[in-house]
Amino acid sequence: MSQQIEVTDEKIMEEKVNPQIWKRLIKYALKYKSVLFGGIAAMLIVALADILYPLLNRYAIDVFIIENDLSSLAAYILLYIVVIVVQGFCVKGFISRAGKLEMSMAYDIRKEAFKKLQQLSMSFFDKTAVGYLLARMISDIGRISDLVAWAMIDIIWSVSFVFGSAVMMFFLNPTLALLVLSVVPVLTVISIYFQRRILRWQRKIRNTNSKITGAYNENILGAVTTKTLVREEKNFEEFRELTKKMSDYSKRSATLSGIFFPLVLLLGNIGTALALYKGVKISQIGGITLGTLAAFIQLSRQMFEPVQQIARILAEMQTAQASAERVLTLLDTEQEVVDTPEVIEKYGDEFNPKIENWPEIKGDIEFKNVVFKYNRGEVVLDDFSLKIKAGETVALVGETGAGKSTISNIVCRFYEPTEGQLLIDGVDYRERSYLWLQRNLGYVLQVPHLFSGTIADNIRYQKPEATDEEVIRAAKLVNAHEFIINQPKGYQTEVGEEGAKLSTGQKQLISFARIMISDPKIFVLDEATSSIDTETEMQIQKAIKDVMKNRTGIIVAHRLSTVRSADRILVISQGKIVEEGTHKDLMSLKGRYYDLYTNQFKESQTVKIIG
Amino acid sequence: MQKKNTEIYKNQSFFNSYLIKDAFYGYKRYLLFGFLVVVGAVGLSFLTPLVITFVIDFVISNEVPDMPGFLLNIVKEADRKYLLDNIWIPALLIVLITMIAGIFIFLRLRISAQISEGVSKRLKDRLYSHIQNLPYDYFKHISAGDIVQRCTSDVETIRRFVSVQMMEILRTLVMIVISMTVMVSVDYRMALVSSSLLPILFIMSFLFFKSIKSKFTISDEAEGRLSTVIQENLSGVRVVRAFGQQQAEVDKFEKANSEFKKVTTKLINTMAKYWGASDMLTFLQIALTVVVGTLLAVKGELTVGNVILFTTYVSMLVWPVKQMGRILSDFGKAVVSVCRLEEITDEEEEREPGLALKPEIKGEIRFEGVCFGYEDSDHEVLEDITFEIKPGETMAILGSTGSGKTSLVQLIQRLYEVNGGAIYIDGVNVNDIERHHLRNNIGIVLQEPFLYSKTIMENIKISKPDISDRAVYEVANIAAIHNDIESFEKGYETEVGERGVTVSGGQKQRIAIARTLIQQAPILIFDDSLSAVDTETDKRIREALLERRQNTTTILISHRIVTLSEADVIIVLDNGRIVERGSHDELVKSGGMYSKIARIQSEYADEDYE
Repeated sequence: MSQQIEVTDEKIMEEKVNPQIWKRLIKYALKYKSVLFGGIAAMLIVALADILYPLLNRYAIDVFIIENDLSSLAAYILLYIVVIVVQGFCVKGFISRAGKLEMSMAYDIRKEAFKKLQQLSMSFFDKTAVGYLLARMISDIGRISDLVAWAMIDIIWSVSFVFGSAVMMFFLNPTLALLVLSVVPVLTVISIYFQRRILRWQRKIRNTNSKITGAYNENILGAVTTKTLVREEKNFEEFRELTKKMSDYSKRSATLSGIFFPLVLLLGNIGTALALYKGVKISQIGGITLGTLAAFIQLSRQMFEPVQQIARILAEMQTAQASAERVLTLLDTEQEVVDTPEVIEKYGDEFNPKIENWPEIKGDIEFKNVVFKYNRGEVVLDDFSLKIKAGETVALVGETGAGKSTISNIVCRFYEPTEGQLLIDGVDYRERSYLWLQRNLGYVLQVPHLFSGTIADNIRYQKPEATDEEVIRAAKLVNAHEFIINQPKGYQTEVGEEGAKLSTGQKQLISFARIMISDPKIFVLDEATSSIDTETEMQIQKAIKDVMKNRTGIIVAHRLSTVRSADRILVISQGKIVEEGTHKDLMSLKGRYYDLYTNQFKESQTVKIIG
Repeated sequence: MQKKNTEIYKNQSFFNSYLIKDAFYGYKRYLLFGFLVVVGAVGLSFLTPLVITFVIDFVISNEVPDMPGFLLNIVKEADRKYLLDNIWIPALLIVLITMIAGIFIFLRLRISAQISEGVSKRLKDRLYSHIQNLPYDYFKHISAGDIVQRCTSDVETIRRFVSVQMMEILRTLVMIVISMTVMVSVDYRMALVSSSLLPILFIMSFLFFKSIKSKFTISDEAEGRLSTVIQENLSGVRVVRAFGQQQAEVDKFEKANSEFKKVTTKLINTMAKYWGASDMLTFLQIALTVVVGTLLAVKGELTVGNVILFTTYVSMLVWPVKQMGRILSDFGKAVVSVCRLEEITDEEEEREPGLALKPEIKGEIRFEGVCFGYEDSDHEVLEDITFEIKPGETMAILGSTGSGKTSLVQLIQRLYEVNGGAIYIDGVNVNDIERHHLRNNIGIVLQEPFLYSKTIMENIKISKPDISDRAVYEVANIAAIHNDIESFEKGYETEVGERGVTVSGGQKQRIAIARTLIQQAPILIFDDSLSAVDTETDKRIREALLERRQNTTTILISHRIVTLSEADVIIVLDNGRIVERGSHDELVKSGGMYSKIARIQSEYADEDYE
């Protein structure tokens, strides 16, 4: 999923480097000034040493060999070693600093993004796939911090090296310097051209590769379907087209590199040849020494690495820009459900609640002329009103898409009414904080979601300080204790893939226990449609009854046996209440509820008989 | 498990593997050509410094430098005065040599891509086709993620081995041989000095990269945990919010985030130390060459040009030597990858147990004492099943989960083979019918159908890509899915499957019905394929199908009596045996399980629901 989204995104992004984006990212690096500047300083020294080596060699030739003056030899050797050692330490210094910068930036951006994700509204999560966000959090942030941290330091090295070498050459002999440096602009243009094109092919290769991965996945997941439809040959044909594309692209990319690298080499050697040609002429008239000539040749060979570096970084910035944009978009996403400044002032925000100011909750809920529309304009609820007294259990019944889940989502404040109000204890819930409501709310999802960790950790989720006794009491309240102690490590059994294989029903029971521990006043249950064995189902029915005692309850029900015990049943159709009453009332009405109920009853009885 | 495997793999050899042999088939001449090209490129690149030495020593200083014998002869013949006046000649020579070397380098990269991409494509294709032809049973015992991982990452490891590692090792070896030959022929003392630290550099990088692997793993694992925390948080976002646990989640994340930062920074620090030290050693080697060379030159035992020559050669050699240490340190990877792939290709493909006939199929199905059980268990799934369906007849099956009804229909398509008895279609044993032909003539709709990542149109046309759109609309209407599809923004062009929009279970089932109908097979099987469709739509589909079913042998699996009752004959399966059989009326009268269910599903008085 995530990969696919990336693919389409990468296709769109073929833009020029946008300085605005990079400026913002560099700000993250500037937080670590001492690391950054330490790294840059180390890199400058490395570049300086790189320029010094040709000069040291020049000195050896001119002074020791030609002039035959060995008096400074000891000092020379010492200096050489000092340069080497200092450079070695600086290499270590810049790498470790760049690494630290990279990791710190990634850490900071991830932290900021994660906090953002904790605040974003449910509407955002309903339309954004987990895989997509995960790719932003891991690969994109990793990629841009890597690029910013290393690119800054690499660019400094490259630029200072080219610049330093140029200055050095001019200092040694301006004419020769101009001649050798004349190759640099050509090299720069060629490098940028090739690097860009190579990266473009590589992007295509990556896209094709993710398609190949997808094809393998389908091959396995759709194995029976393929067999029954006798699709093998056509599938293979399509797959071979993909691998053909892949190998064509790779070969083209290799061809480009195959032209690019020899070209760079050739340009470098043209520089060397020019240095040799003009250098020999100048040295003949005594313009330069033999050592200087050798130094020129060496410098001309060394210049090409940094020029390529610069071209590579520019090209990478271009491709990484898409990643950067996606991350920044995430950081800039606006929350839809947000507390007003006055509310935050009084009750605190998600991360710093002012619990001491929170009012007690009783549990009266009232929908007052609530209208709810999705952003694209589709009206789900229109002038919906409903009063639920504290302690009452209301069940919502109806077809998929009738608006049941919207009603429960509004109660949880995952979504807010577009118009109208939701009152809790007679007060619009927007006048109190988001966290206040949620800490007083118990919620059980259709598909129970447990976090990795032990069963006890999960039951303690809202109340980490709960004692073992409290955990056990909560589990006993919903009849989960029995099966939990039968797990390999009882309450300390790890939930999740590696550990105990818990059935959906058992997970459901644990999520009920999780609610019991915090004793919320309002309880919302989005009931599962998935089939669970009869015994667990009975346990869950009982758990629901227990949970509902003394609480305001809203049940979105699919299994109508759950509904029977509710104080009030509402049949919802197209955002309106079409039938209302107790189970008995509605059965004698012989309306929609009656139809739904009898159909389900038949099916469940059938399953019971055939076992 | 993983570790143990790696141990076993180590005893294998890369080039002895049949997979690798097959993948390399026909590439031997490329390999040979590649070798020649590498020798050419390396040889030429070592020639340029010699030209410079020649110019500096002979042309400028009028000395005869030490050079390999054959070059020396050329040098002796040269006219120094002429060359000095026409210094463009050696300069142009350098450019020319580089150009030729450039062509060799181009060829090297191109050939290496040709071989490695070819090998990788062959491996991928072979794996794909092999996996497709593995028996159905195989897919029940494997994890898709693991196999996909092998087919992608392990193939990539092999590709890299061929394109980067093999070539790089070859190049470095050729480089060492050529440079040592030249250096020794120039001055053996200097050759010794110039290569004295190289073995240390090699060993150092080899050992370092071997030892750092575990640190890489630690960093990868930390990243994995970070990613798990994020994923859990995101998929449980409603729970987090409903419990108001944002701060606790941030704390949890903080722990994983800072742990990842910590271990990775540590890893980079270790790398930094290595690079610092290895750079020092590199330049020390160069300095050693410069200083010793200078001293020899002062004594008059070496020319200036040769000092420059040795310095240049050493700089050219150091990097590949370091690189080789790194490459050799993960040499074992490719072997492990080959073995992991062979585990897939070693699995036997589906076979043709009989005559592989392709008879025309009318639709008579006969089971004679069929027994069946899965290989890995003693439990019999089906026992002594005997029945007969005439062409155009409909048979319905009622049974609980695990009663064997799905296995029964899968046997007809030979997704499994029977253990006892036989299944005949038009009197021919299914074991004697070629499996693709057999399956082409049987349309089956699974309970949880799989849609390909294609458009809905392509999905419905999947077995007959050339059929007209009108035929598609027709079957979509029968399957009562046409209106649903039209209501999608892109209609029939909507992408479905893993990458596309999510369609509901009921919609999936109906698209699958349309897809099967288009096959126009003489035998149709519905394996509880309307379970996710509401009763009213179910009824509409059944009515539409009824017409079409006239000439088609049909097998229906269902829980719904209304559906079952339409069949000519109904069998009730329990624990792999047929416990009741007959028409609806017969079974209702018999007072068995079927009649009980029929009674429940027919009209009831209100009080019964209490």
